[in-house]
Amino acid sequence: MADLKHLAPTPTPETKPFWEGAKRHELMLPHCKSCGKHHFYPRSNCPFCWSNDLEWVKASGKGKLHTFSIPQRAVMGIPGPFIAAIVELEEGPRISTNLVGVDPDPKNLRCDMEVEVVFDDITDTVALPKFRPVSKAA
Amino acid sequence: MTDFRNLSGKFALVGVAESDELGTLPHKSALQLHMEAARNAIADAGLKKSDIDGVFSAGRQMATETAEYMGLRPRYIDGTMVGGCSFLHHVQHAMAAINAGLCEVALITHGESGRSRLAMPNMSASKDSLLWQFEVPYGIVFPFTAYGFIATRHMHEYGTTQEQLAEVAVATRAWARLNPKANQRGPLTVDDVMKSPVLAWPFHVLDCCLVTDGGGACIVTSAERAKDLKKKPVYILGTGEGMGHCWINQMPDFTAATGATISGPQAFAMAGVTHKDIDVAMFYDAFTITPILALEDLGFCKKGEGAAFVSGQRTAPGGDFPMNTNGGGLSYTHTGMYGMFIIIEAVRQLRGECGERQVKDAEVALAHGLGGIFSAAATMILANAPKA
Repeated sequence: MADLKHLAPTPTPETKPFWEGAKRHELMLPHCKSCGKHHFYPRSNCPFCWSNDLEWVKASGKGKLHTFSIPQRAVMGIPGPFIAAIVELEEGPRISTNLVGVDPDPKNLRCDMEVEVVFDDITDTVALPKFRPVSKAA
Repeated sequence: MTDFRNLSGKFALVGVAESDELGTLPHKSALQLHMEAARNAIADAGLKKSDIDGVFSAGRQMATETAEYMGLRPRYIDGTMVGGCSFLHHVQHAMAAINAGLCEVALITHGESGRSRLAMPNMSASKDSLLWQFEVPYGIVFPFTAYGFIATRHMHEYGTTQEQLAEVAVATRAWARLNPKANQRGPLTVDDVMKSPVLAWPFHVLDCCLVTDGGGACIVTSAERAKDLKKKPVYILGTGEGMGHCWINQMPDFTAATGATISGPQAFAMAGVTHKDIDVAMFYDAFTITPILALEDLGFCKKGEGAAFVSGQRTAPGGDFPMNTNGGGLSYTHTGMYGMFIIIEAVRQLRGECGERQVKDAEVALAHGLGGIFSAAATMILANAPKA
């Protein structure tokens, strides 16, 4: 595995529960108790109804590969080729991520294919949510 | 309050110019490129430095730094920065400012050492920014990655092919071959694009814009003031701007630029023209997918039909839809903020100054830009008469 510790982000007060969840290998999402919608990225207020009556909920970790591209060369120390992706979570929001557990070849990928979250512990304190195709056999 | 639509034809672009040189310029700072372009645009208009009382700029330098470098003391300053189309936004903002009596002659200026990176302040994200937290760790830092997301989803939903994307690069190069200032002027075929190395699938290297050094500037003033200047005014019939998101994970629809669907109808409604009236179209072509979406989002064709629209070299010289006639960001120049060059070419086409690449009888031009990661958009409809 490539050493990605230089990529570790610094959480802010709004995003801290997300990153704490990731460290526990749980995908946490903000949920608005007022309008009932989940959102991502985390914010101080619901971007849909502006309520601040928010709670953190554990997401299913399931989603669909909404779209992707495959940079061929290293980017920010991530060796190429790799799969840059947008995943649409079962709860609705979309998240930028990497698709792992599959060769970075467009032949292996299809928009809307089912994916599930995995966590990449890049430092002792930071894990990045990434996604892998859901195995048919599983 | 003024209905902005009533300002149609009341303002004009009166001077346009690039910097003295475009390309790889390790001997010129970004501010020098601003300066050269501004001086050239003022000369093009037949104005003097002392006539400028509004300065609009975007990029790595604050608008005040740019104005200071030029020795200007404007009474109106606008540093709107929404990416590469900022200068198209500035045109609309300049109209509003002039209409309000806040300035009379607006200089809009661009300079960027995009390739040589000379005197370019660092804009890297801090580790607690949204960009770093939610995009950078996944290598989503280069536009080609995020723009690739749009191409991939468009291919999935509408069957758009890589060959159709390549058609855009080929047609644009054909125009560049007619522009002595274009950076890349060699012959190009769809096969050449398809055989060029993949940079980030689905984009080949030749699906992606150049990276150059350069500057550009334009001058906006009232139609009244424009009358006695050196060149024939190019009238601003309609303008519009909009945005849909900032960071790519928030893009509402990966097959449409929401900003363009907001800016386009505003510009058409204000101009009072239809798509059939457009004689030449200038779109921001950072990547081959970008003009395809613009054609759809601005209503030149239905959603999903943009790739078919550009097939068969319809947008090339001799085709029935002249598009990106300077050779575009793909072959002419792309400093990092290409929007200024869209304005310059649209004006030159309407003045009939384009030599070999001149579109015959061009009376109405559309100029459309995008900024950021398909985030902001601005549309302008220009004409060589105050009413189309």
